[in-house]
Amino acid sequence: MITLHNVTKRYGTFKAIQSISLNIKAGEIHGIIGASGAGKSTLLRMMNLLEKPDEGDVIINNKKLNHLKGKEIRHIRQFLGMIFQGYHLVGNKTVFDNVAVALEIAKITKKDRTERVMESLRFVGLETHKDQYPSQLSGGQKQRVAIARAIVNNPKVLLCDEPTSALDSKTTTEILEVLKQINQQFNVTIVIVSHELEVIRSLAERVTVMADGQIYDVVDIEPTGVNKIEKGAAAFVEQLKSGGDTNLS
Amino acid sequence: MAISESSIMVGFSVIAALLVGLPIGTFLFLCRKGQLLENRFVFSSLNLIVNIIRSFPFLLLVIFMIPFTRFVMGTAIGTAAATLPMMVIAIAHYSRLVEQSLLDVPKGVIHAAVSMGASVKDIIFKFLYVEARSALVLSMTTSTISFISYSTIMGVVGGGGIGDFAIRYGYLQYRTDLMIYIIIIIVIFVQLIQYAGITLARKIDKR
Ligand SMILES: Nc1ncnc2c1ncn2[C@@H]1O[C@H](COP(=O)(O)OP(=O)(O)OP(=O)(O)O)[C@@H](O)[C@H]1O
Ligand SMILES: [Mg+2]
Repeated sequence: MITLHNVTKRYGTFKAIQSISLNIKAGEIHGIIGASGAGKSTLLRMMNLLEKPDEGDVIINNKKLNHLKGKEIRHIRQFLGMIFQGYHLVGNKTVFDNVAVALEIAKITKKDRTERVMESLRFVGLETHKDQYPSQLSGGQKQRVAIARAIVNNPKVLLCDEPTSALDSKTTTEILEVLKQINQQFNVTIVIVSHELEVIRSLAERVTVMADGQIYDVVDIEPTGVNKIEKGAAAFVEQLKSGGDTNLS
Repeated sequence: MAISESSIMVGFSVIAALLVGLPIGTFLFLCRKGQLLENRFVFSSLNLIVNIIRSFPFLLLVIFMIPFTRFVMGTAIGTAAATLPMMVIAIAHYSRLVEQSLLDVPKGVIHAAVSMGASVKDIIFKFLYVEARSALVLSMTTSTISFISYSTIMGVVGGGGIGDFAIRYGYLQYRTDLMIYIIIIIVIFVQLIQYAGITLARKIDKR
């Protein structure tokens, strides 16, 4: 579905991502875990070209994204939903309009928009809140609106950057359940970034463990994978404690 | 008569601010470092021009512009001619406030818009202006009040207006009562604009 081939991303002389290759399979839930600053968000943001790789290729459905023009990239992004830790809703738009704007961008006619927005809001359980503004919602509800906005245009992929990191554990569980349903009911490929092992463990089928802009390991979560991730996570803790330079490759 | 002259000068300034200042301010914002149309050369140039116009003492700008005004309007004297420098300062003034207002839109909202595949035009009209609308209204209020203040000195180029009226009859002909009367009118008018601006801004702010 999404293939990264030897991608490198630099900020000045600092290499945030160092020649990473990774294949996200169609229909899977793929976790990306790693310590703060490991490059998780940067890697995720390369998958819809919010960040352009300095080297290497981003390939979606056998199409090299980084050679496409602005308009074509925008078109592809309409089928790659994305949600964030901070929700990023428009405060001056109602719940309904926050979701509808994704369809406006995709040039869906007003007539078709209403039905699809309501369907999407029903899916996340917020149809009765459609006329409220984000400031009137809880964190979990805001993330649900963001999810509705991300899936309303029937994306093939949903990219999630720390979607539950601002939420309590009960709400986290609920949001992860919604994501699981999206994956199962609509066969949407999900890539989820988190620094919380619990989140990754309960949702992902395969996990990429990152450290210092590189891939430490890619593991299946069952049955032995969890241990491997824990080992990876433990390695981060060690690094953090020692503050030492790591060479994982 | 004086009031209608003032209204013309201020009215055209508001129109110029909206039609030209708003797009320039938006463009200024978009060309900033880290923004969608990041362009150092365009940003620095535009930024410099706006700064220069804004730092001109207004009276000197009016006089400095006389040759240009005469060229464009055919004359440098009269209400119509006085409106031109007013419009120039109005554009510079409002465009700066627009830029500042847009800077207050959370960056995440723009990121989300880009991730949805929004074009620059979509981002401006469906996200930036929606999220910054209260700030844009308040900026317009501040600008309009400044324009009223600027308009009072347009007597120097025969622009007329209530400021000119106050000086000519109130000050030069020792009609202090007239002068006070006009000042009261201006103060009340400014209060009304301020009140209307704040009320509207509050009403449309849902954040
Ligand atoms: N725009 C930028 N300019 C400069 N450096 C950046 C930029 N974005 C990210 N970086 C750096 O790249 C590295 C990876 O950042 P990234 O945001 O991908 O990390 P992360 O794994 O998502 O961390 P976190 O868990 O804190 O979100 C960090 O060291 C960060 O400081
Ligand atoms: Mg991150």
